[in-house]
Amino acid sequence: MKEPASWRTLWQHALAALPPVVTFSIVIAVWEGAVRAFSVPAFLVPPPSAVLLVAWRERVALGGSLITTARGACFGFLLSVTVGAFVGFVFSLSRWLERGLYPYALFLQTVPIVAVAPLLVLWFGAGLRAVSVSAFIVSVFPVIANTLAGLRSVDPRLSDLFRLYGASLPDSVLKLRLPSAIPSVMTGLKVASGLSVIGAIVGEFVAGFSEGNAGLGITVLSAYRQLRTDLLFAAVLSASLLGLSLFALVSAVSAVLLGRLRARG
Amino acid sequence: MLQNIDLELEAGSFVALVGPSGCGKSTLLRFISGLEAPSTGTISLARGVNSQLMTPPRLAFVFQDAQLLPWRTVLDNVALPLELQTMSRKEARERAKHPLSEVELGDVHDRFPDQLSGGMRMRVSIARALVTEPEILLLDEPFAALDELTRQRLDERLHRLWLARKMTVVFVTHALAEAVFLAERVLVMSKRPGRIVLDHELGLPERRGMELRTQPAFVRQTALLYAALAEHGALDDQEQKT
Repeated sequence: MKEPASWRTLWQHALAALPPVVTFSIVIAVWEGAVRAFSVPAFLVPPPSAVLLVAWRERVALGGSLITTARGACFGFLLSVTVGAFVGFVFSLSRWLERGLYPYALFLQTVPIVAVAPLLVLWFGAGLRAVSVSAFIVSVFPVIANTLAGLRSVDPRLSDLFRLYGASLPDSVLKLRLPSAIPSVMTGLKVASGLSVIGAIVGEFVAGFSEGNAGLGITVLSAYRQLRTDLLFAAVLSASLLGLSLFALVSAVSAVLLGRLRARG
Repeated sequence: MLQNIDLELEAGSFVALVGPSGCGKSTLLRFISGLEAPSTGTISLARGVNSQLMTPPRLAFVFQDAQLLPWRTVLDNVALPLELQTMSRKEARERAKHPLSEVELGDVHDRFPDQLSGGMRMRVSIARALVTEPEILLLDEPFAALDELTRQRLDERLHRLWLARKMTVVFVTHALAEAVFLAERVLVMSKRPGRIVLDHELGLPERRGMELRTQPAFVRQTALLYAALAEHGALDDQEQKT
C-alpha cells in the first residue's frame, strides 16, 4: 500500500518542479542565443556557458569565498535568531517596553547598511566580525517583529483557560505562548535567512578582507574592477545559491517543528 | 449590557441560560467564572452560610469550540489544568485517564486534536473540564457548532455526567429544546440590555433519554420558553437577520 503512495508523491513533486525547470531552461537558452546572435560583448553580458565555464575553472576560489561568506551570514543569522527572539519576547511582556523600544528596533530595519558599514569596520575591525554584525543588522528586524506578532497571536479563549486555572507566568509562556508563536517565528526566520546573506555580502563590500579567503562580496568587487563579468555572474550565482540553501535549511527545520506542533505554517 | 440581574444558583442544580445572541448570556458566564468583573454589583461563590472562611469552589469552563492545544495529545490536553495547578506531569496524566473514560475516549489517549471529529474534540474538552473535579461547571454554547445528532448525543452524555457527579452546571445556549432537555431550571434573558425575564423550573423527570424529546411535557415546556422569548421581543432581531 505504501509503495505506490510514496511513488505517487514523488511523481507529484517532480511534476511541481517541472514548470520552474522549464522556464529556467527557456531563459538560459534565449540568453545564450541572444548573446551569440547579437554578439553582445562578454564584459557587458557573458553567455551562460561562459559563466558556467569560469565557475568551474575558479571552483576552488569560489568555493573558498562561498564558505567565508557563509560563515559571516550564518553567524549574523544565529545572532539575529537569539537576539531577535529575545527582544521580541521582552517586548511581548510589556506594552510600555514595546512602545519605548520598538521604534529603535525599526531603526535597524531602515538604516542603510552601506552607510553604517564603515562604522562597523571602525568598531569591529575589517573581517568576519564586522561582516557578521552587518548580516545581523539587516536580518534581525523580521525576527523581532514576527516573534512579537506570534507571541501576541495567542487565542484569547486559550488565555482565558490558562487564567482560569491560575497558570503561572512561566507555564503560560512555555505551554501556551511559545508554542502558539512558533509558526510566526519560523516565518521571521525564513525571511531573516535570506537577508543575512545580503547583509554579509554588503558587509564584505566595505569590511571584507581582500587577502586570504576573501568572501563573495570581495569576489564581486574584484571581478568588477577587472571587468571579468563572467566571474562576477558566477559570484552572484554562488551568493544566491548560498541564500537559497540557508532558506531551504530553515524551511526544513520549520517544517519539522510545525509538524511536531501540528500547526499549519 | 446586563441589567438588574439578581440570581441565586442552588448547589448541585442544572441551570440553562437561554436568550437571543448578544444578550449577554456569555458575559454573565464570564462574570460567574471570574474571568471578567462586572462594573457594578457583586458575584459571590460560596458553599454555604459560613462560607467566608472557605476556599472558593472549584470551577471549570467549557468554551464554544473545544479550544484544545493542537500540539498536545488528547491525554495531555486533559491533564493540562492539573499541570497548571502545579501537579507533576506524570501524576496529572494518570488522573486524566478517568475523565477521558467517562466521555468514552479511553482508547484515543495518544491522538492529536486534528485527528478527531468535532464531537470527539468537544468530549475531550469536557473531560478537561472534569479533571479538576469542579463543583461548578460553566458551559458557553458548547455544542453550537456540531451537527444535530452529535449534539443530541452529547446532551445526553452531559446530563448523565451531571447526574453522576452532582455538580452545579450553568449551561448557556440559544437552542430552547437543548435547554429543556438538559436543565432543571431555565432562565430566559431578553435582548440587550439583558434582563432575566423568566425563571422557570421545568419539573421534568430526572432521567432523560431520546424518548423525552417527543413527549407532550417536553414540547409544552419548549413552547412556553418560546412564548417568553417572543413576548419580550427577543425573536424580532433573529427573524430579521435570517
